[in-house]
Amino acid sequence: MSVAASSDKIPVTVLTGYLGAGKTTLLNRILSENHGKKYAVIVNEFGEIGIDNDLVIGADEEVFEMNNGCICCTVRGDLVRIMEGLMKRKGKFDAIIVETTGLADPAPVAQTFFVDEDVQKNAKLDAVVTVADAKWLSDRLKDAPEAKNQIAFADVIVLNKTDLVSKPELAEVEARIRGINPYARLHRTERCKVALSDVLERNAFDLDRILEIEPEFLEADDHDHDHDHDHHHGHDHDHHHHHDHAHGGLKHYHDEDMHSVAIRTDEPLDPHRFMPWLQSLVQNEGQKILRSKGILSFKGDEQRYVFQGVHMMLEGDHQRPWTAGEKRESKVVFIGRELPEEAIREGFASCIAK
Amino acid sequence: MTEPQQQTVSVTARVKPVATGLSAGALYFLGDVVAIVGTEEAVTLIGDDATTKRVEVGAGGILCSASDGSRIALGCDDGQLVSVGADGATETLVTDTKRRWIDNVALHPDGAIAWSAGKTAFVRPPKGADKSLDVASTVGGLAFAPKGFRLAIAHYNGATLWFPNMAGAPETLEWKGSHLGVTFSPDGRFLVTSMHESALHGWRLVDAKHMRMTGYPGRVRSMQWTAGGKALATSGADCVILWPFVGKDGPMGKEPAMLAPLASRATIVACHPLSDILAVGYADGTVLMVRFDDGAEILARRSDGAAIAGLAWNGKGSRLAYVTEQGDAGLLTL
Repeated sequence: MSVAASSDKIPVTVLTGYLGAGKTTLLNRILSENHGKKYAVIVNEFGEIGIDNDLVIGADEEVFEMNNGCICCTVRGDLVRIMEGLMKRKGKFDAIIVETTGLADPAPVAQTFFVDEDVQKNAKLDAVVTVADAKWLSDRLKDAPEAKNQIAFADVIVLNKTDLVSKPELAEVEARIRGINPYARLHRTERCKVALSDVLERNAFDLDRILEIEPEFLEADDHDHDHDHDHHHGHDHDHHHHHDHAHGGLKHYHDEDMHSVAIRTDEPLDPHRFMPWLQSLVQNEGQKILRSKGILSFKGDEQRYVFQGVHMMLEGDHQRPWTAGEKRESKVVFIGRELPEEAIREGFASCIAK
Repeated sequence: MTEPQQQTVSVTARVKPVATGLSAGALYFLGDVVAIVGTEEAVTLIGDDATTKRVEVGAGGILCSASDGSRIALGCDDGQLVSVGADGATETLVTDTKRRWIDNVALHPDGAIAWSAGKTAFVRPPKGADKSLDVASTVGGLAFAPKGFRLAIAHYNGATLWFPNMAGAPETLEWKGSHLGVTFSPDGRFLVTSMHESALHGWRLVDAKHMRMTGYPGRVRSMQWTAGGKALATSGADCVILWPFVGKDGPMGKEPAMLAPLASRATIVACHPLSDILAVGYADGTVLMVRFDDGAEILARRSDGAAIAGLAWNGKGSRLAYVTEQGDAGLLTL
């Protein structure tokens, strides 16, 4: 009664994307496709959805700060209220989609699912899906911080309107996306034609599903990249930025202010050093860190430990025992703005068990 | 509480069980009829002979409800505000033109009704035209003042006090955060809101002096004034928290009383209308009656894991009724 099992919780997909990228197109596609599922949809503007659905709810994107002295700890109060109302009709729908406005920061939406007790009891964040316009995204990344936030925050990126750009232009925009967020799943689409299984029920926030943390910036290409990851062990592995060379046919960009820091080591970590370090890192730099994720191998611990976070909010747990053939290594990733990379690397290195 | 706990007196054998089959959200007495509000579509009325009658009120979710003792008003997610009488007669009072959710409703003893949709609060006086007021953010709660035609509207960063019949600008009481529920003290001297954080906030209305009431482990969803308005009883902890309001400073500088401690979260409180007794329902299904002065408890329902969703006394305080989230009701005549 008190704690619903994770599978009983209703999955919530957050749909973001800059103005005109094609969010509504994707939403209409999700609602009109014959999938036998019923979605409750929380939209920011009524009337744009062409589908008749009595579970379309207008939201006001009202963000408020939690009274805990943390200014990045913002919550969508309207979502708390709407979720509460929707729970009265539990059983009448299978999943929830929250569409944000083009200028919205996804963080308050995600944080709502971390901090609100009642929301957490009934629903779970599934993934942040960002629709991006292949033609205009590169420009928006230069002049619109919101667009950059949405890319950085995404678990899934639907790169839309690829028919409106040339191949080199497409490669350019993909490289710019990867300069910010090398970890999201990226799908190239025209008119948001994407398999629904690629955007829904992703379990991107499920600790049990943190299996691998690998950059995906080459995944769409037609040659093998495994060699990129299988050598250099025991030192930092950060080839997705700093370099600006052609690699696997894609250019590499280092975005000036939004980027990721990935660190790995096959030396076991000391939990008594790592946990306080991670806590203080997100306490002090939480405004800059949008997303974080990690798989950890602690000294003397037969279990894999996994964590993930949104700004200052962290959740972590033992996931499962390390398997016999599995390489015991620790990997952490931070995506954020103007991250103090050197300090993060040094702090991480100091957590290696002596 | 240092003395060994006495065996709690139980009256569970005297409770008349009634299964409504509803997923229940609230419970009210309309005279001798018990009205159980479903979370969607219907209300079940239980007569004093325990016969039940299901009243359909729409096709959607029931988001909020209020009662003045003779009727209940229900705000629905199809934009309708519906009233139901003790005889089962229904009336659609309002249909929102944009089909917006009716998030809050409050009834005034003289027959006025207030409701809200999004950022707009509405009032319908017993006679005359509807009036509305837009506040800065979505309305979290509504309450009529005990005297005069005045409405408190809770919202982000405070509450607004509105005299619908007066031309002047409404007064705003500020406190940072999201305010979700609101109540006037029966003497009209204090306004208290329940917040999204696990806390209450209050203002002494004469000078807008702040009162912070914190320390709850969970959000306060139920608050009710005790007989005569001497204290405010609240849910949200693993006991009933009773804030004293007798002095001129309200609860400031005083410790709240903590009654009926249990290893479960109190979900709903119902104060006896005449005596210093209250009933409390817990998330584990327990219902207790508690006396203020010595904390003596009487068990009205044993825990079975079914959270209590509705709990109320009748007007004379001679009957108590409860309902679980699954719609299992119990009627107790004292």
